[in-house]
Amino acid sequence: MSAGISRRKLLAGASVATGAAGLTVAARLARRYGLIPPDSGGIFGAAETLTYASQRILMARHPLAREFDRSQISRATPVNGDPPEDETYQRLQTDDFANWKLSVDGLVARPASFTLAELKRFPPRTQITHLACEEGWSFIAEWTGVPLSYLLNLTGVLPQARYVAFFPFDISWDSLDMSDALHPQTLLAYTMNGQPLTIPHGAPLRLRVTRQLGYKSVKYLSHILVTDTLKSIRNGLGSISPDLGYSWYAGI
Amino acid sequence: MADPAYVPEIAAAVTGSPRHSLLVRTTHWIHTAAFLGLLVSGIAILLAHPRLYWGEAGGMGGPSLIDLPLPLVLTGQTGWGRSLHFLSAWVCILAGLAYLLSGIVSRHFRDNVFSPGTLYNPIQRVTYVAVVFGLFPLVIATGLAMSPAVTSVFPELVALLQGQQSARTIHFFVAALLFVFLIVHVTMVVRAGFIHRMRSMLTGEPL
Repeated sequence: MSAGISRRKLLAGASVATGAAGLTVAARLARRYGLIPPDSGGIFGAAETLTYASQRILMARHPLAREFDRSQISRATPVNGDPPEDETYQRLQTDDFANWKLSVDGLVARPASFTLAELKRFPPRTQITHLACEEGWSFIAEWTGVPLSYLLNLTGVLPQARYVAFFPFDISWDSLDMSDALHPQTLLAYTMNGQPLTIPHGAPLRLRVTRQLGYKSVKYLSHILVTDTLKSIRNGLGSISPDLGYSWYAGI
Repeated sequence: MADPAYVPEIAAAVTGSPRHSLLVRTTHWIHTAAFLGLLVSGIAILLAHPRLYWGEAGGMGGPSLIDLPLPLVLTGQTGWGRSLHFLSAWVCILAGLAYLLSGIVSRHFRDNVFSPGTLYNPIQRVTYVAVVFGLFPLVIATGLAMSPAVTSVFPELVALLQGQQSARTIHFFVAALLFVFLIVHVTMVVRAGFIHRMRSMLTGEPL
């Protein structure tokens, strides 16, 4: 009987020790392979990290999000949020964004700016995908745009780049890791359902990230910054979302 | 006077050991906390958009399957709602895996759930199997089918459930069934002797 108890204690001790060692190794590996999200602190940080790390491992082969038939396109296309009140944005809007430019800089060999006409001359990609809001509603639409990866290759992303940050004409901002930034379905979209993007849907250019929820698809783009760290940008958490109580990673 | 649903004296006499193992007791209370977290946060998320749809997509301006008679006042609660939901879900899944593994290794499922003539009556055993091996896996699967990242890896999952919005609708109804189970479970515990049964689930002492 006493042998049984000591064996049980030994097993319990061994499993606690194995668990602790396992956690240490897991944390080190996660850091090395970029599996820790920028908002990994706080009471929800551990769960955020588990979600981000496990989904990144699941998507190691970079699968495409599901695409649909034209017949499945939704009639209703609701939106959340208001267009920017920024003066520059209002002025650009008056001549249909003819003077609008998207600047790309940071860790790129050739920083550049692009007009809407220039972006439309690049090889486009058209895809019919699902956009789900974190609130629960969703719609399917056809988007056309330049793959972000095309623009990143054109400007020559440097090898130390780890994130791409997106700045619109308002206080919001967001960022993607390179896995989503270079994903073939990640678009800088300028048309929706065959029409130029409307103001509520993010004119003149919005991001479309197919494997994350709608709030990652930043509207009203103005500036793209390639970086090796998010710590030095604004709140240091990779996005405005953590300030509003939402997570940086929105794959679920 | 023996409770027709469950005869604790026999349990203690037959096994001569604590009724509930340490692992069953620990995971039971971890699951209690996680379930309450999932329930509260699930309601917070639902209140942001209390409409249910069938198929791939659905939203305001389009047809719904059911408009739940709930107020729309609690918008803006999905931030903490989502964070608490996924934290609780991870706790629930990790504790659930420990429980399943130990249930298989210790033959708890084989001896107490799947064989007739055990301590539990048929209705209890059927309910147990339906909740542990039916409703819980289904609520997890439908939850994951709402994730655009997960469905990029397993598109079959969402196809099987008839679409992302159908998955959301099924998720709601399975969660509602789990809530009903919780109410019935607690009612039975109260009726069968709340203090004794709580002590048994806390300390593992035979009843």
